Amino acid sequence: MSLLGKLTLDAIPFHEPIIMVTMTVVAVLGLLVAGLVTKYKKWGVLWHDWITSIDHKRLGVMYIILALIMLFRGFADAIMMRLQLAMATGGASGYLPPEHYDQIFTAHGVIMIIFMAMPFMIGLMNIILPLQIGARDVAFPFLNNLSFWLTAGGAILINISLFFGEFAKTGWVAYPPLSELSFSPGVGVDYYIWALQISGLGTLLTSVNFLVTVFKMRAPGMTLMKMPIFTWACTWANILIAASFPILTAVLAMLTLDRYLDFHFFTNELGGNAMMYINLFWAWGHPEVYILILPAFGIFSEVISTFAGKRLFGYKSMVYASGAISILGFIVWLHHFFTMGSSANVNAFFGVMTMVIAVPTGVKLFNWLFTMYRGRLRITVPVLWTLGFMVTFTIGGMTGVLLAIPGADYVLHNSLFLIAHFHNTIIGGAVFGYLAGFAFWFPKAMGFKLDERWGRRSFWCWLIGFFVAFMPLYVLGFLGMTRRLNHTNNPDWNMWLYIAAGGAVIIMFGILFQVVQLVVSFKNREQLDDTTGDPWNGHTLEWASASPPQYYNFAKIPHVDDIDAWTDMKEKGLAYKQEASYSPIHMPKNTPAGVLMSGALTTFCFAMIWHIWWLAAFGLLGAIAIFIKRCYTTDVDYYVQPDEIVELETAHNTAATKGVNA
Amino acid sequence: MSTITADLNTLSNAQGHVEAHDSEHHDTGGNTVFGFWLYLMTDCLLFASFFATYAVLFMNTAGGVSGKDIFELDFVAVETAALLLSSITFGFAMISAHSQKKAATLTWLLVTFAFGAVFIGMEVYEFHHLIAHGNGPQHSAFLTSFFSLVGLHGLHVTAGLIWMTIMMIEVVRRGLNPQTVTRLSCLSLFWHFLDVVWICVFTVVYLMGAM
Amino acid sequence: MSHSESHVINNLEVHAHDTQSHGSMKDYFIGFVLSVILTAIPFWAVMSGSFSKPATVWCIVTMAVVQIWVHLKYFLHLSFKTEDGKASSLSFIFSAIIIVMVVGLSVWIIYESNAMMMY
Repeated sequence: MSLLGKLTLDAIPFHEPIIMVTMTVVAVLGLLVAGLVTKYKKWGVLWHDWITSIDHKRLGVMYIILALIMLFRGFADAIMMRLQLAMATGGASGYLPPEHYDQIFTAHGVIMIIFMAMPFMIGLMNIILPLQIGARDVAFPFLNNLSFWLTAGGAILINISLFFGEFAKTGWVAYPPLSELSFSPGVGVDYYIWALQISGLGTLLTSVNFLVTVFKMRAPGMTLMKMPIFTWACTWANILIAASFPILTAVLAMLTLDRYLDFHFFTNELGGNAMMYINLFWAWGHPEVYILILPAFGIFSEVISTFAGKRLFGYKSMVYASGAISILGFIVWLHHFFTMGSSANVNAFFGVMTMVIAVPTGVKLFNWLFTMYRGRLRITVPVLWTLGFMVTFTIGGMTGVLLAIPGADYVLHNSLFLIAHFHNTIIGGAVFGYLAGFAFWFPKAMGFKLDERWGRRSFWCWLIGFFVAFMPLYVLGFLGMTRRLNHTNNPDWNMWLYIAAGGAVIIMFGILFQVVQLVVSFKNREQLDDTTGDPWNGHTLEWASASPPQYYNFAKIPHVDDIDAWTDMKEKGLAYKQEASYSPIHMPKNTPAGVLMSGALTTFCFAMIWHIWWLAAFGLLGAIAIFIKRCYTTDVDYYVQPDEIVELETAHNTAATKGVNA
Repeated sequence: MSTITADLNTLSNAQGHVEAHDSEHHDTGGNTVFGFWLYLMTDCLLFASFFATYAVLFMNTAGGVSGKDIFELDFVAVETAALLLSSITFGFAMISAHSQKKAATLTWLLVTFAFGAVFIGMEVYEFHHLIAHGNGPQHSAFLTSFFSLVGLHGLHVTAGLIWMTIMMIEVVRRGLNPQTVTRLSCLSLFWHFLDVVWICVFTVVYLMGAM
Repeated sequence: MSHSESHVINNLEVHAHDTQSHGSMKDYFIGFVLSVILTAIPFWAVMSGSFSKPATVWCIVTMAVVQIWVHLKYFLHLSFKTEDGKASSLSFIFSAIIIVMVVGLSVWIIYESNAMMMY
């Protein structure tokens, strides 16, 4: 037993040129960033104003930065796979050996779902939700910071696996018995387990935090049925997180016990039942897809009603439809494994439930259509994403209903038809939604609007790229191509594989243009400046604050009388009102406890992966010690004095009124 | 009316709350207790997953022992009694805490701790006994799921005992200020919640297994 | 009463129902006595072995459900009387529904698949 457990120099894959080049590029970029931060003397700012910040708006920005970085990583994996499949036809072996390719498709799935989509969604929720309900922060700001760093810790682990050891070769679901120690003896599955556990803990804490925020800290007058629709959508998503993530924690803990202590939950021997893993995994996994999509639905609702200049059609039905989806989302999970071979009754029940869940989703689509009907839709970038979504997602939904028929599923299960289907809903639904939200709320978070031209270019590349990349996959599914193939030898498939690779390249331009858009917008931030805090003539309270919002959000908590609270205030002439006097505002102080605790826990996970037991104990005890110390720290809050509030409020109100008059 | 609410909201919107006004403690305390309750609900789901797994694996004894062979109900009855007694004594501790009786609170916490320690001691003894007789969790899916489910509960109780120790120190050093009472309320929820889980454990695992 | 008013009152009453929600000596005693009875009956039913198996199972499950309810009411002080109590009670009921669905359906799925494999 060495002091470093299983970790030796052999863990670094020197023989893999692709990985070594990546490692060099990452190292150079890292040094470059560190150098720039040093050159402009920003380490202090980074530490005091961002890393230790417990301001929900800054945490939200950090979540989105994490999500965008992970989007690049996940997309790099995607385009590598598409290129491999386009090259490895007709008996050629391509450029990615199977053991590397298998890690790539696993990492792509885990990263895109857990470290791209989730942080993106949670980031938008962090920035907007407290503002929408007229609160000054979330219920537990310190916990919010800890949640972010736990998610970041998971992301760091999964990226470390690229350079030290390996990642799981099991697919993103890590089904046993393949993921058991006897078939996956390396550290790959352990990286998978611990990265998911630590980020899952962060997500769970976030959900509890936001549920308390929503139920206890709404502005006076804002009853539940007057909450903005995005807040409602996020609340349903948080309820789903609170109810489903513990199942993931449990099932991963069981797999851990199997792998570390020779337990027999899912093994082939001694009575283990691998089906139970699949069952529990999807009992989490299915609600998870609704966790991703519901906030996106909320974003589309906000975007459509704002840019149509109308109140959202069918607000109540929207809320209840989300509720129905949340409950039904818990009784459809078996459709992920119809072919497991449970009885016809079981398959029929879950098949019917799956078709039923399409109904509330349909309700939502009609609500959006009726919101646009007779409105004056301003075709901005967020609206483009929304329209693109409505077309794309509907196609994805229809192929989903096809797959809901157990008989059809037996033919299409684990074929590329399935891959096309879920990318159709996740990209066309969740990702388009987050990008719509990104464009919609960017001025709120950063203080200037995004460049429209590059936004449109990015949108069209994404939309066209999506269809070119994924429609061929439907065809390939029907032609019998299964997922996770490393190379193929069927001339009928070749053309479609080439087209799909072309689609991925078009999407790449979509992502590149997004970056260009950010750079161009930053350069032109003077012209794109949002002085009013309300660039789109918005409906809800987040637009009542300045852009970016005052750090205390609201000098005086507004009173809410309407679902579209801000529209209502503007109509009644209550907007931008300077108060005669302000009372001091009680605010929490920034703290390094979150990042330190997460650092200790990430160390614990890393040590567990490599069986470095002393370091694991050190990390775990360290995290507990930091937590206890934090509990007994008394210097955690302060008061913002009226003078400072008056200054900030006057600045905002003057600028806003000027902007409105102009 | 609305200004009052606004002020209350002002106060409630910050979480840090140690040495500030009294009214604030109650409000943020309410948030903390509710948040903790929601966490407990997530914990319910965690236990539910382990129960479901036990339910599908308990007959997979792989030719080894089954519940009938290893469960001793009189032993479990004593464990149950210890946990139930600790529940009511924690109740007394909470009543004392709310009426600001520091000595009584500490005494009842100590009694609760003792009962909890008896429970954990007995469980460790049971596990040790099983492992020593070659019935460790590595020997069949039934034993795996049994050890994990009961052990998960035991782990929670152990965490509760550690937390209780910390709280006793806090009460000694800081007295029963509102923040401490809020924390005691959370611990009390946690403790009673574990008793509820134990009802499910002795019913589903021990009683049904021994039949 | 409008919702906004109830919100205000909810805030003002924090102290009031804070004292309400932690129960009295009497509550704990009632809960304790009921729990002892509800624990003793199932243990006795199983240990004496005097009933048929299905009857015993029904008995112990019923007792467990009742006892959980007793604990929730007398120890955890769940109630619908206050706003806070409502939120906690509803969140419990929601979790219970999810648990019943997840555990029930999981057991159904696995038992049926075991049956298909003639296992």
